[in-house]
Amino acid sequence: MTSELHERSALELSRALQEREISSVELTTALLQRIRARDDALNSVITVTEEQALKEAQAADALLARGEAGPLTGVPLLHKDIFCTQGVRTSCASRMLDNFIPPYDATVVSKLRAAGTVSLGKTNMDEFAMGSSNETSYYGPCHNPWDLDRVPGGSSGGSAAAVAAGFAPLATGTDTGGSIRQPAALCGITGLKPTYGRVSRLGIIAFASSLDQAGPMTRSVADAALMLNAMCGVDAGDSTSADVPTPNFLDALSGDIQGLRIGIPKQYFSADLNPRVATQIHQALGELTARGALLVDIDLPHTHQGIATYYVIAPAEASANLSRFDGVRFGYRCDNPQDLTDLYQRSRSEGFGEEVQRRILVGTYALSAGFYDAYFKKAQQVRRIISNDFKQAFESCDVIAGPAAPGVAFKIGDKTADPLAMYMEDVYTLSVNLAGLPGMSIPAGQVDGLPIGLQLIGRPFDEATLLRVGHLFQESTDWHLQRPALGASQ
Amino acid sequence: MSVSRSDVTQIAQLARLTIADGALDDVTDRFSRILTLVDQLQQVPTEGVEPMSNPHDMTQRLRSDEVTEVNQREALQTVAPEVEQGYFLVPRVID
Repeated sequence: MTSELHERSALELSRALQEREISSVELTTALLQRIRARDDALNSVITVTEEQALKEAQAADALLARGEAGPLTGVPLLHKDIFCTQGVRTSCASRMLDNFIPPYDATVVSKLRAAGTVSLGKTNMDEFAMGSSNETSYYGPCHNPWDLDRVPGGSSGGSAAAVAAGFAPLATGTDTGGSIRQPAALCGITGLKPTYGRVSRLGIIAFASSLDQAGPMTRSVADAALMLNAMCGVDAGDSTSADVPTPNFLDALSGDIQGLRIGIPKQYFSADLNPRVATQIHQALGELTARGALLVDIDLPHTHQGIATYYVIAPAEASANLSRFDGVRFGYRCDNPQDLTDLYQRSRSEGFGEEVQRRILVGTYALSAGFYDAYFKKAQQVRRIISNDFKQAFESCDVIAGPAAPGVAFKIGDKTADPLAMYMEDVYTLSVNLAGLPGMSIPAGQVDGLPIGLQLIGRPFDEATLLRVGHLFQESTDWHLQRPALGASQ
Repeated sequence: MSVSRSDVTQIAQLARLTIADGALDDVTDRFSRILTLVDQLQQVPTEGVEPMSNPHDMTQRLRSDEVTEVNQREALQTVAPEVEQGYFLVPRVID
C-alpha cells in the first residue's frame, strides 16, 4: 500500500487519513523519502523542510485522532519558493534572496497551514518568476520528469515537475502571464490560475502586481477544487483581493455540460501552434461535444498584440516592485561598497540574474519621461481593448478553450539565447492575465510521449465552470492519470 | 525602434544597475529587439480608450484609520545586512 501513496490524489489521501488507514507521518515520511531519492535528477525542490514537515504531520495526526480534522488535514504539499514562509528561506530562485528568511507567512501559506496541510518544502522556479522554462533559476534548471533533457516550463516549473513526479499531490504556483498553466501543460498536470483578486497576494514576492495571482497545481481537477477552497478569500492585507462570495468549489464538480457553449478563438490555432498539438486539442474538444457541449467560433483579434502589451506592463510593474532590492534592508549586499550608489548598483547587478535585469531595464525605459505615453499608457489602453475582446466573446459563449502552450516541452538551452522565442511560449496565456480572468490547463493528450495542455478560460470569478468542464473531461479520459517514468511506482 | 549603447547605459543608471563593458553590445541588441516587439502596440488605434491599470477597474478599498500593526522592528531587522541600534547601516553619505 505504502509504495503507491505518491500516486494517489489528495482527495484519496484525505479519505485514507480520515479513516485512519494511513497516518500523516507515514505519508509525509514516504514522500520525503521519494524526494530525497529522486530529486537529484529533477532539481525541482530548492529547500526540503523535513523536520518541520514531520512536526506538522504529527500535529495533523493528533487532530485526526481527535476527529477534529478537515479535508486537507495531514495532506502534504510543496510551496513555490516565491511564497514567504516564516523561518524558512524564501529565495525566489535568486541570488538576491539566497539569504532571506521571511519574518512572516504569505496569506496563502497560513491559510493552507490552518487547513492542516503539511509543507514538505519550497520548489524551484524561474528567478523572480521571470521565465517560461525554469532556466533562469539561481539554483540551476529544473528538469521535466517526462524527459530529463527538457524544461518543465515556467515559471512554476519546480511545482509542476514535483507534482508530476509524485513528490506531493499538491503544490502552490503563481501565474503572471502563464506561469501556472504553461508548466502544468508541459508536465501533464492540472494548473489553475484563479481570477485576479480571488487569492490574496500578501507575502507573494511581487513581480507584476496587476497581473500576479496564485493558484493550485495538482494531478486532478477535483484536487484543484479542494485546494482552491483553502487558498481563496478576501484579505485585509491585500487591498486588491476581491470581496466576493467564495463558493465551495467541490460543489462545482457535479453537473453536466449539456448545451454549454465553448468558444474557440481562431487566433489560438494560428501558425504559431504545433499542428500535432492542434490535432490533440481538437480531439479533446470532441470529448466535450460528446458530452453535450457546443463549439462556437469566437474572435480574440488582439491576441498577438497581447504579447507586446504584456512585455510593457509586466516589466514596468516589475521595475517598480524590484526597486525595493537595494542591499539596505534585506537581501543581497555587495562586498565593500565604496559609497551609497556603489552599494545600490553592485548589490543589484550582482544579486539579479540576466533576465531579471533585462526586464528591469525594459520597464524602466517604458516608465521613463518621454516614453511613458508611447509605451506604458499605450499598453494600458491596449490592455482595455484586449479585456473588451474577452467581454464581447463571452456574450456568445460560456467558456473559452484552446491550447495552453504552442508546443510540447522543449530542450533545455533551446530558447535561452533568444528572449523573444521564450516570450512566445505564453502567447495563449498572457492575455488572460491582462484581462484578469480565470484560466486552467488540464492534460489533454500527448505528442511523442510528451504531455500537452488544454486551456479553459472563464468569465471573472467563474472558476466553477472551468472546474466542472475539466472534471467531466477527466471522468471520461485518462490523460491526467498518465505518469512519467520517473513518477511511476517502482 | 532601436536604442544606442549610451541609451542603455543611461537607463541602467536610472535603474541602479551596472552593465559590464563586455556585455553592453549584447544587452543593447536584445533590448532593441524587445522594443521592436513592443512597437507592435502602435498598430492598435487607441484614441479615446481609457487606460486600464486594474483588470476589474477596482478602486482602492479604504479602512478606518486605526493602528492595526504592532511594532516588529527587531523581527524585521533580523534579515538586514547591517544594523546598529535599530538603524540600517549604509556607507557614509556625508563626509
